[in-house]
Amino acid sequence: MTAVARRLAGFRELALILFIVLSGIVMSQLSAFFFTEGNLRSVVIGMVPGAIIAIGMAVLLASGGFDLSVAAVMALCGTICAYLLNEGFAIPLAVGGALLLGAVIGSGNGVLVAFLRVNPLIATLGTLLVARGLALVITEGYNISNLPPAFVRLGQEGPLDLPWMVWIMVGLVVLFDLALRHTRFLRQVYYVGANERAARLSGIRVDALRVFTYVLSGTLAASAGVLLAARLNTAVPTAGQNLELTVIAAAVLGGASLTGGEGTVLGAVLGIAFLALVSNTLTLLHVSIFWQIVTTGIVLIAAVSLDMLLRRRQV
Amino acid sequence: MSEQPPELAVESLTKAFPGTRAIDDLSLSVQGGEVHAVIGENGAGKTTLLMILAGVYTPDAGRMLMRGEQVAFARPQDAQAAGIGTVFQELSLIGRLTIAENVFASHLPTHGPGVLDRRRMRHEARELLHLLGSDLRPDRPVASLDVGERHLVEIAKALSLRARVLLLDEPTSALSAEEAATLFAVLRRLKEQGIAIVFVSHRLAEVFEIADRITVLRDGRLVGTYLREEITPDDAVRLMVGRALSVLYPERGDGAGEARLTVRGLRSARVGPVDLVVRAGEIVGLAGLRGSGRSRLARAIVGAVPRDAGEILVDGRKVRIDGPWQAVEHGIAFVPADRMEEALFPRMSLARNLVSAGLGRVTRLGLVRAAEERRLAEELMRRLDVRARGVDQVVQTLSGGNQQKTVLAKWLALTPRVLVVDEPTQGIDVGAKAQIHAFLRELAQRGMAVLMVSSELPELLGMCDRIVVMVNGGVRATLTAAATTEEQVLALAAGTATEAA
Repeated sequence: MTAVARRLAGFRELALILFIVLSGIVMSQLSAFFFTEGNLRSVVIGMVPGAIIAIGMAVLLASGGFDLSVAAVMALCGTICAYLLNEGFAIPLAVGGALLLGAVIGSGNGVLVAFLRVNPLIATLGTLLVARGLALVITEGYNISNLPPAFVRLGQEGPLDLPWMVWIMVGLVVLFDLALRHTRFLRQVYYVGANERAARLSGIRVDALRVFTYVLSGTLAASAGVLLAARLNTAVPTAGQNLELTVIAAAVLGGASLTGGEGTVLGAVLGIAFLALVSNTLTLLHVSIFWQIVTTGIVLIAAVSLDMLLRRRQV
Repeated sequence: MSEQPPELAVESLTKAFPGTRAIDDLSLSVQGGEVHAVIGENGAGKTTLLMILAGVYTPDAGRMLMRGEQVAFARPQDAQAAGIGTVFQELSLIGRLTIAENVFASHLPTHGPGVLDRRRMRHEARELLHLLGSDLRPDRPVASLDVGERHLVEIAKALSLRARVLLLDEPTSALSAEEAATLFAVLRRLKEQGIAIVFVSHRLAEVFEIADRITVLRDGRLVGTYLREEITPDDAVRLMVGRALSVLYPERGDGAGEARLTVRGLRSARVGPVDLVVRAGEIVGLAGLRGSGRSRLARAIVGAVPRDAGEILVDGRKVRIDGPWQAVEHGIAFVPADRMEEALFPRMSLARNLVSAGLGRVTRLGLVRAAEERRLAEELMRRLDVRARGVDQVVQTLSGGNQQKTVLAKWLALTPRVLVVDEPTQGIDVGAKAQIHAFLRELAQRGMAVLMVSSELPELLGMCDRIVVMVNGGVRATLTAAATTEEQVLALAAGTATEAA
């Protein structure tokens, strides 16, 4: 048993995939509607924003940082994109502006954390409030709807009956998962997360790398916001409440650690997928949305506790 | 003096740590009204002794007596309650609190249930400070005091529980000469009041100024306890060193080449200005007491701490080094003293650690080649004879010696021109130590310039071509290692001799 457990702890992604498949089988027994194309498609589409944000979070967590502002940045940048579109800007300009804003907010986080040495919790909590507040200020609290049809297609049409946003997510996940594993540049992230002082003395430009990870996280959050607006044909300034916490939780489920040095993009995204399935099942079983929050919390605590137990046995 | 039982005595005290016997069968006694100095080289067991007396460590064997009665301390609080006050090297004051609040931090006086009795606190703090000959106001925040005044507060704190014995660990290492003189005046007052003082110091001049008796330790054992009049500083140095070179060091090279590393007018905090040259093929040692600035100098050269002034040249060309990454780019590698905190990625595999500096060598088009990465790791592991189950073993499970070899090995992937090492063999076994020594010499032979900081004099004398002795952040002397003795270096470093060699 312990040998199997150790294996699983070693191949975290495989374990998660197994877990997802197993719960899928259980769920299809519980609800006839679960294993239908329509249901699965809606689960996949629903997880897109979280999964894209989880990419940046996985990189950040591996470097020993994290970012609470992602969901607010997503809402703000989605709003800005919609605002620019309705002001008559061309789609590439509006999307580019939103992504640029995400990058700028991310670089602000990065400078605060890397150069001013503000604790990441405080720094990104501050940006969370600023971004969320600005989204509400710009829209005066209302949603922005009636976006150009060419833009909305991003979230509603695409090959194989899946909207483009899903394919963009798949592309980003594959790209960054491979990059974090194989490029020299992102490999440095693990060294910084494992021992920042040793990384610095080994010649790694720790501060610059940190700024980059926050810029990446901000930009990805912005693109999640753009895609969400396209999907809903509406930019919602209050979108993604608590999503940042779900993403951090999913990344930890997927093998990341809040102390840094561990985790993969694929793991974090599988964590998101797992949480999305749990929530979908509960909906199908007519569990109230309020109980779903409770259940998600319990699943998370159980998974992470189990993980800690397995790890302790490893050492 | 000897009619009364000693205020504090230890008999046959022994304390072992994994791999070393820090204190071995040690006996000594301290009388009331006596300043008893404990001296010895780094690693002689002075601090361990103090930690045992202060209740931080519990001894493995032996007993402790206070005024003839046996005592045992499980925790520092027990020692305090028994009347032993301690001032450690690192001050323990809280800057935002007042003097009085600091003095009574562990036993705040109260009236009623939990209500602070500020008046009594101020009053008693003032009395304690008077006792020490100071008229500092007890309401002042500690942050507003200078280092010397903070020491006074620290002593007042140590005495506030009616201490009969005061332990001081290198109390002058952070003080100016004036501040030290004031401190000694305070110690003399305490002495008159019958307090027993144990004084650990590296600075022999001070020891001979203040101590009544001097105990010399070497390798955890008692060499002897002497009245101050009985011995001279020279005797003390000889007694501290007192052993023949038992380790064989690699043969020195056949002369040095061009200047590889040149440092001009370097300043950093309390260090400098320092000028320094290390030639190709040469190993230069930095000697000095703790706090002399030898480590700071090494760290300033590699950009690990900021430089306030000065320039650095590699192979005669001026280079810009504002951070370690620039040092690495210019071919300067650095092995810090604390390998777990600063050099290794303890939870990562040996392979990941070995390639951490030389990742660029196995990268093509930005991608790390897994097979080449593994080959490089295995090659480095072989070259330095790192003993592990394989390159996948987690580094924190290796022995200290193999960890240190890993740290050295990771730099070899880059073939640096200058290697700066801080305490390269601290806390590792004799075998690994000899291997690292041989390896450092081999690197020098092949044209590298090696700058080595070490607190172990035999190592410096055995390994280096030249030795630079640092005192108070400056260079006191530069010596040819082959023609120098430990006594000479120690005397220079401790400030009992000027450049005579």
